[in-house]
Amino acid sequence: MSGRLTGKVLALHLGILGLLFIAQFVLPAYHHTNVARIMVLATYAVGYNILLGYTGLMSLGHAMFFAAGMYGAGLPIYYLQFGAVPAFCVGVLLSLVLAALFGLIALRTSGVSFLIVTMMFAQACYLALLYFNKITMGDQGFILSKSLESVSLGSFEFAFSDPAVKYNIALLLFAGSFLLSALLVGSPTGRVLIAVRENEERTGLLGYNTYKYKLLSLVISGGISGVAGAAYALLFSYVGASFASILYSIYPILWTLLGGTGTTTGPMIGTGIMFYLVDIASGLTSSYLFVVGAVLVMLILWFPKGIMGAVRTRWLPWLP
Amino acid sequence: MSFGPHLFLALLEGTVTAFVLALIALGLSLVFGVMRIVNIAHGEFFMLGAVLAWSCSMLVGGGAFMGFAVALVVGPLIVGAMAVAADGLILRRINYQPESTIVATIGLLYIIQQLVLTLFGADARPVVPPIYFRVSFPWFGYSGYKLIVAGVSGLLLLGTWLAMSKTKLGLYMRATQQDQEMAQAFGVPVRRVYAKAFALGAMLAAVAGVLVVPIQQAHYLMGLDPLLLSFIVVIIGGLGSLKGTVVAAFVVGISDGVVSVFFSPTLAKIVATLLVAAVLVLRPGGLFGEEGS
Repeated sequence: MSGRLTGKVLALHLGILGLLFIAQFVLPAYHHTNVARIMVLATYAVGYNILLGYTGLMSLGHAMFFAAGMYGAGLPIYYLQFGAVPAFCVGVLLSLVLAALFGLIALRTSGVSFLIVTMMFAQACYLALLYFNKITMGDQGFILSKSLESVSLGSFEFAFSDPAVKYNIALLLFAGSFLLSALLVGSPTGRVLIAVRENEERTGLLGYNTYKYKLLSLVISGGISGVAGAAYALLFSYVGASFASILYSIYPILWTLLGGTGTTTGPMIGTGIMFYLVDIASGLTSSYLFVVGAVLVMLILWFPKGIMGAVRTRWLPWLP
Repeated sequence: MSFGPHLFLALLEGTVTAFVLALIALGLSLVFGVMRIVNIAHGEFFMLGAVLAWSCSMLVGGGAFMGFAVALVVGPLIVGAMAVAADGLILRRINYQPESTIVATIGLLYIIQQLVLTLFGADARPVVPPIYFRVSFPWFGYSGYKLIVAGVSGLLLLGTWLAMSKTKLGLYMRATQQDQEMAQAFGVPVRRVYAKAFALGAMLAAVAGVLVVPIQQAHYLMGLDPLLLSFIVVIIGGLGSLKGTVVAAFVVGISDGVVSVFFSPTLAKIVATLLVAAVLVLRPGGLFGEEGS
């Protein structure tokens, strides 16, 4: 693993983003929408990877941060006629606050207790969305397209229903989180996070307050997940409690593991592959989530490093 | 109904929930105590018990009682065999590494759940209670079968406690729990104890599933609620402490019953989670846990 964002690393990251930019002119309509969706979900996976891959904390409840972003953005638009930008900010802010509050409590536990606590709290958030159904419309979900006005920037008008706008906003957000994670990992703070992952006790003995670093990582990770959630609400104009369910906490684990935990490029690749696998399977059978279970078990048994992890071991040791 | 009898009904419902919950959570806690792993697929073993009970009631002739009796034996045995297979095929190969095990059991959760969906469909399947009678209190009548569920669960809890404290397998399990390497040095076949502990944990959940089916109906998604309640229970009671698990099951079960009757079951789960937050702030290791675990 290299330290700073060196030339090779920067070129790789910009190259991937460049490819994604060019892809929009080539892709047929169906895949065009899919890739936009994948980039938003990959943003979620990038956020998740900061906690799991670079801090060594596995969360089974990230859906609560994704849903906080989604509802934080969606509810003000629906009830208060907020514009897209302020609503987006409310969503991100809400997920940051939730992550901080949750971290203060949950980080008192470690190891498997932490895992169980993350899962429990995420489920409590999910149930709360269903319980306050009158406000959240949790079980049915609601659609934003009618209440969401287009954003005008100077003389340009951006309508969220335009596929090109969708695609490029998704790309912009993904690029932001992607580069942020690469920068973070190379920074001194990132080094400490990796040290916590490798040996928390030793890092503590070296004088670092590991609790604070874990909290920081959780807040960044939750915040990026919130960005993805808020973007999902705005771009695909649907908000529903199903995005807070346990499945949406499992997905980022799966995406990250498949792509390679602790690699900056892995989450995008894992998300893309799983998105299409699940998409194909759901066309064949109603029990399509079987794929999710089978891939998880196979990864753990035979391919624990994931795709980019294996690439790093075999061919490209400098991969961050 | 006035407040007094209403509360009595709530406590009664809560107690029945508590007994069943204690059984399920005990399985989870036992597996954690002996093997140091968390089994996310635990709720699916409960669901399998319920689905198998429904299958038995369809396949076995001779009335509801016969079907139920067969299910009570066959259900846990099949689930136990599946648990042994999962242990040998998956968990042993990843060397029971805690986080890999969690991911693997999440995978197992979806595999079991989706297979049941494929084989049994998405409908909720009702099962006729094997014994039907009503206990009449001055204010309301209460299903006698629910009281039997509580009684049988109580007996099984007692049986598990006896097995843990009096039998050789129980001794092996306790030795493995305390110090796995030392146990191995003294000739305890640790791997076989692991397989048995995993099977026993799964069977406790499956028995609970069989018992609950006449009250609750069998459905492929029914495993999630008991899993989360069991998590709440083991965190409050302290991971791996069997005594703590049973005590916490009663606290959670009864409060769940009361809040469910007076308000809503969903609110009850939210309240229980907040209870966990409070416990974590005051005692991170749980009420009966080893400090700092």
